[in-house]
Amino acid sequence: MNLVKIHRPRISMSRRESLWAYATISPWIIGFLVFILGPMIASLYFSFTEYNIIDAPRWIGLQNYQKVLTDPFFWHSLGVTLKFAVFALPLNLVFGFMIAVLLNQKIRGLKIWRTVYYLPSVVAGVAVALLFVRIFSPSQGILNPFLKLFGIEGPHWFDDPNWSVPALVIMSLWSVGGGMIIYLAGLQGVPTDLYDAAKVDGANRAQRFRFVTLPMVSPVIFYNLVMGLIGTFQYFTEVYVISAGTGGPVRSTLFYNLYLYQNAFRYFKMGYASTMAWILFLIVVILTLLVFRSSSYWVYYEGQLRGRH
Amino acid sequence: MIAQSPPPLQTKKIRRSLWGIKTQDMIANFLTTIVLAAGGVVIIMPLLFMISTALKDRNQLRQVPPLLIPQEITTVKVNGEDEPLYNVTVDGQSRQMALIKNLPGGKGRFVDPQNPNDVQDLAIAGQSAVRQLEMHFENIPEALTQMKFGQRLVNTLLVTFIGMAGVLFSCSLVAYGFSRFRAPWLNVLFIVLLSTIMLPSQVRLIPTYVLFQKLGWVDTLLPLIVPAFFANAYDVFLLRQFFMTIPLELDDAAKIDGASPLEILMYVILPQARPALVTVAIFHFLYAWNDFYEPLIYLHSPENWTLAVGLQTFDALYAQNTHLIMAASLIMILPPIILFFLAQRIFTQGIVFTGLKQ
Repeated sequence: MNLVKIHRPRISMSRRESLWAYATISPWIIGFLVFILGPMIASLYFSFTEYNIIDAPRWIGLQNYQKVLTDPFFWHSLGVTLKFAVFALPLNLVFGFMIAVLLNQKIRGLKIWRTVYYLPSVVAGVAVALLFVRIFSPSQGILNPFLKLFGIEGPHWFDDPNWSVPALVIMSLWSVGGGMIIYLAGLQGVPTDLYDAAKVDGANRAQRFRFVTLPMVSPVIFYNLVMGLIGTFQYFTEVYVISAGTGGPVRSTLFYNLYLYQNAFRYFKMGYASTMAWILFLIVVILTLLVFRSSSYWVYYEGQLRGRH
Repeated sequence: MIAQSPPPLQTKKIRRSLWGIKTQDMIANFLTTIVLAAGGVVIIMPLLFMISTALKDRNQLRQVPPLLIPQEITTVKVNGEDEPLYNVTVDGQSRQMALIKNLPGGKGRFVDPQNPNDVQDLAIAGQSAVRQLEMHFENIPEALTQMKFGQRLVNTLLVTFIGMAGVLFSCSLVAYGFSRFRAPWLNVLFIVLLSTIMLPSQVRLIPTYVLFQKLGWVDTLLPLIVPAFFANAYDVFLLRQFFMTIPLELDDAAKIDGASPLEILMYVILPQARPALVTVAIFHFLYAWNDFYEPLIYLHSPENWTLAVGLQTFDALYAQNTHLIMAASLIMILPPIILFFLAQRIFTQGIVFTGLKQ
């Protein structure tokens, strides 16, 4: 009797705890099923169909996938996106990290600089794109007159298909502060005793940076790189605004996500757009896995050290 | 056995190296400040350009290169006509004269406004126009009326603040579940939750759109608001990290007093987690305020548009009205900037991300 009495509440307590756990996380579970997992499966299905939203989806097997592979605009939009990524990601990484290193010094007015550099990150979106269209404008803008001070004849930026992507890269650098703040948090997390130890060992400034700072913040760099990669494939608002949704001039800013949007909501080719979405998903997974794979060569996790000993 | 080095030499050595480090640091700090200042000017310049363009009129927009301070050429009345005033040099003396007529060969006829008989023919290129500050604040109300700001603002505020309530409610509940209870599969579910951070949204975009269409929610604000009530990975993660730092002893004390788990969340956890909740609220505000993609897809009728969509359409229709577009853009970026200065600490400490390092 006694034993049972003691025993029973214990079981029901752990069961009650489980119930509380599932009850409290239920909003997320419902949201995950209704807004993430369900739609993912449905879009995989749509990708094998012809679907214009009005009529029921019609199964066409792999035709969408075959069509994608021979669609010149698909390859073009992929190329535009990668071209942007190849320049924007490393430049944002280097500038963001450099500014973070500078802001991690003991200098006067630190708070002001931090504020100034982070400010653009809070105003992203349509207004900023509209502003930069005007800054780059050859007739009304301020960038080309500024370049002229150095004797450089500025290009026509958003009016010139060869210069529209570089203009977007420059524009992306304006909000470098978003990445910078993450690097800064990483830099400030480096324990000072590591620097002291390195100093005792006779390491100079450059060596301390190379052998203490870089390895310690490499996980943060890694995180930013992965998120930046995913973000590039979602790049939309800026190009939609500067080209009024066309991807112009001459499709030079037809980013992957914009082309997907056009297929889905301009031409109502929902099946084809779903195919593009799944190919995008695969590309992102593969690229992320590549970055993850490479990470063992250049990302240092503190836990590794503990594991080795 | 141990060689004794003469003491004076050693102190000298140390002192010299100390002095060296100090100057090195000073030079480094000086260079750092210079570089940061140069970069800071580059960062601030676009915003100044936006403000100045927003306050110009059509005529001022034509100035090439554009002036950073909205100015207009000063005019004076000469024989009943408004003529531009110039600083001119006549016989080595500088004086102010009005340009009344362009003459062939790049010359102009200048007269003294006080004494219209005093006429000088001079090369215009050598003279400089007198300019005065002239700001057109009336651009702002005009832009706001033209883009139907009031209605779009109401829509944006509804989406932003109801969504914020939804995010705060659902994410703190879910984060509480993930941080305070043990249950089978809970860890697996948490990893699933985290992995959705990396999921590109396009892969669920179209069926979600179809779902909302079937529900009759397309062209209403609901698709932008309702999902917020079902938690999101970022904010759950942030809140969970924060909840884990709140000592369990507080829960236990409340439990002994007979508090239910929900009461513990309400009266113990949430009051302790205010900084994290404020962070979530602020970042949701910025996200919802600036979001363009979803409103563009879901809102079709102009009366349902949010500010972001309204502003883009305003530009698509009246792009040549640069001053009005910039005035509207300025108003659009003002709330995030004000919020940023009010809650600077939250932004610049990067709390949102520090948890992600683990």
